[in-house]
Amino acid sequence: MKIKSRIYNGTLYVLLCGELDEHTSSYTREEMDKAFGSGIFKQIIIDLSELDFMDSTGIGVLIGRYKKMKDRHIPIYICNPSSHAEKIFKMTGLYDLMPKII
Amino acid sequence: MKKNNFMEVEFKADSVNESFARVCVASFCLPLNPSLEEISDIKTAVSEAVTNAVVHAYPKGGGVVRLRVELDGADVLITVSDEGVGIKDFKKAREPFFTTKPDDERSGMGFSVMESFMDDVQVSKNGERGVKVFMKKTCRSGLLCEGTYARR
Repeated sequence: MKIKSRIYNGTLYVLLCGELDEHTSSYTREEMDKAFGSGIFKQIIIDLSELDFMDSTGIGVLIGRYKKMKDRHIPIYICNPSSHAEKIFKMTGLYDLMPKII
Repeated sequence: MKKNNFMEVEFKADSVNESFARVCVASFCLPLNPSLEEISDIKTAVSEAVTNAVVHAYPKGGGVVRLRVELDGADVLITVSDEGVGIKDFKKAREPFFTTKPDDERSGMGFSVMESFMDDVQVSKNGERGVKVFMKKTCRSGLLCEGTYARR
């Protein structure tokens, strides 16, 4: 699992690469929180174009990040989910918290 | 006449083995000529069942997870079992968003994902100790192809 991030025009872009499951969840949480805690931005876009696999553990990780950013009034958006990730997001209702953008 | 085949493997109840379990099942199913969606569904369901065993079955660590996969015609029959502490309330455990570890940022959607992605899911006691999760998926896309394992 690799996490890359950068801030551009007031948006924090976070790219998740690899497989997000129980084994990689702690590292993913830590790295995302590091990125979320650095710099100034008004919104977050999580890019899943390089995420090869995710199960419901990943949903728990994303909801945890949503709760943290909700306190700071910073919205999170999802982009480029695979059809597999999309299926999980739709069934768990994650898009209600983190809308998908194109 | 329908062909069948099976495999069994056991491994340490450690999260590092989740990806092994997923790939193992996916590889074994390939003779059925499943679609990418069917393979993704199976891999996700296996990951959920193995994660449950890794996270909940052995609170003191250690322990073993057993994985059995059977191919029966176009059907994939998967059993994931452990000999851990078991589940107190099976009905409650299968409710969406239910988790015994809310502080760990768990979604409580493991069984819901399994039920959504597979054609059948049954959860029961594994003898005296532990839990057995049985799942079934019919790889319908393989039935459309002449000469594939499912049609032989």
